[in-house]
Amino acid sequence: MRVSFEVNGHEVTADNVWPGESLLYVLRERLGLPGSKNACEQGECGSCTVYLDGVTVCSCLVAAGQAQGRAVRTVEGLAESGDLAERRLSPVQEAFVEAGAVQCGFCTPGLLVQTDDLIERTVGQGGGVPDEAEIREHLAGNLCRCTGYEKIIDAVRLAAERTAAQRDGGGPA
Amino acid sequence: MDFLSPSTWEEALAAKSAHPDAVPIMGGTDVMVELNFGRRRPPALLDLTRIPQLRDHGPDDGYLRLGAGVPYTTIIERLRDRSPALAQAARAVASPQIRNRGSVGGNLGGASPAGDAHPPLLAVDALVELASVRGVRRVAAREFYHGPRRTARRDDELISAVLLPEPAGPQSFSKIGTRNAMVIAVASFSLALDAQARTVGTGIGSAGPTPLRAIEAEKFLASEFDWDGAASPSPATVTRFGELVASAARPIDDVRGSAHYRRHALSVMARRAVSWAVTDYRKEIARCA
Repeated sequence: MRVSFEVNGHEVTADNVWPGESLLYVLRERLGLPGSKNACEQGECGSCTVYLDGVTVCSCLVAAGQAQGRAVRTVEGLAESGDLAERRLSPVQEAFVEAGAVQCGFCTPGLLVQTDDLIERTVGQGGGVPDEAEIREHLAGNLCRCTGYEKIIDAVRLAAERTAAQRDGGGPA
Repeated sequence: MDFLSPSTWEEALAAKSAHPDAVPIMGGTDVMVELNFGRRRPPALLDLTRIPQLRDHGPDDGYLRLGAGVPYTTIIERLRDRSPALAQAARAVASPQIRNRGSVGGNLGGASPAGDAHPPLLAVDALVELASVRGVRRVAAREFYHGPRRTARRDDELISAVLLPEPAGPQSFSKIGTRNAMVIAVASFSLALDAQARTVGTGIGSAGPTPLRAIEAEKFLASEFDWDGAASPSPATVTRFGELVASAARPIDDVRGSAHYRRHALSVMARRAVSWAVTDYRKEIARCA
């Protein structure tokens, strides 16, 4: 079957999609977007987290046909758009780099998307910087087997603080 | 494999009637796992995500009518006051990403005895609404579960909604697992008191071939509970309630826990649920005074 939807602002079409295929498979194997990672294929690890119509989901658990006509945003879509050479990392991505929240990197794309969602739902909605319990709860479905999570939590807090400062102060932090 | 994607409820019912072996898929959090691992190759998937009314919720003649596809996240964020036990169970489901997709209809369709939504539905005496081209019928949740993954739903029927009675007393849900998230229950328990009817409802999860009620425990607590003043029940009463809940379970030993542990966990959760109910009941009395 043919499936057409929007990915990171662009209309895309995939052909010869098997009806039982996951959105994750279509993104990685048919559309050349390997940022979303394939690990557990059962929603346990969060490595394949993407936005589907503005809500974060495990793309391994979305049937490709369910994405027809919907809008998907992947980790590739977090960075500010523009020419590749001029592309800037998003505040969340910058914070992960600075805090050293990346080791092997396999869980990172899912964590970036889920963290982006947390910041949007808290600071982005006029709320405060999420505390550690909120951060841990929001990231409870994203497994990392390297870091022990401490630096990931540092990175989330850093990204949230900077986003809040930018919101309140008007300029880049 | 076919992918059926109706955009109206009437089309969905017609599709299910024409393809009774099509597997309905909403959030996909169970169905896609089976497909990804090659455990299931149904002749067709019946996608229900394009049917708007499955996501509706609102009052319905003394009930909260919850569309079968309302995601757990919505139940937690918007329906906490109108379905306290179910909202607590929704909060215990998996992770935010899964709660954004998973729904009570999916839990009922899959009918895993470990599903988190089942114990509250039993405890509050909810109704399950089933629809087909032949018509609509409502089945009590207490009559819905027939065996492991077997239910009262007929092959040509789809689950359209659940109906939850307006809360009339304290409700709770608790769950035992190895961590605070992403856990399939080792055992779970829900308690609901109805202060008007002076009845007690219970639901046991993950400790039998189907979700279960502890009927003897319900009758015992209803007769022992101080419905006028919520005086603390005696330790012997609380212990006895825990024993009656544990003895209603029909658990097995499996990878998640032993039958013995499950019964023990149920007796502990049941005792705690009573103390929470007493506290909440007193708050309600104080608020009304």
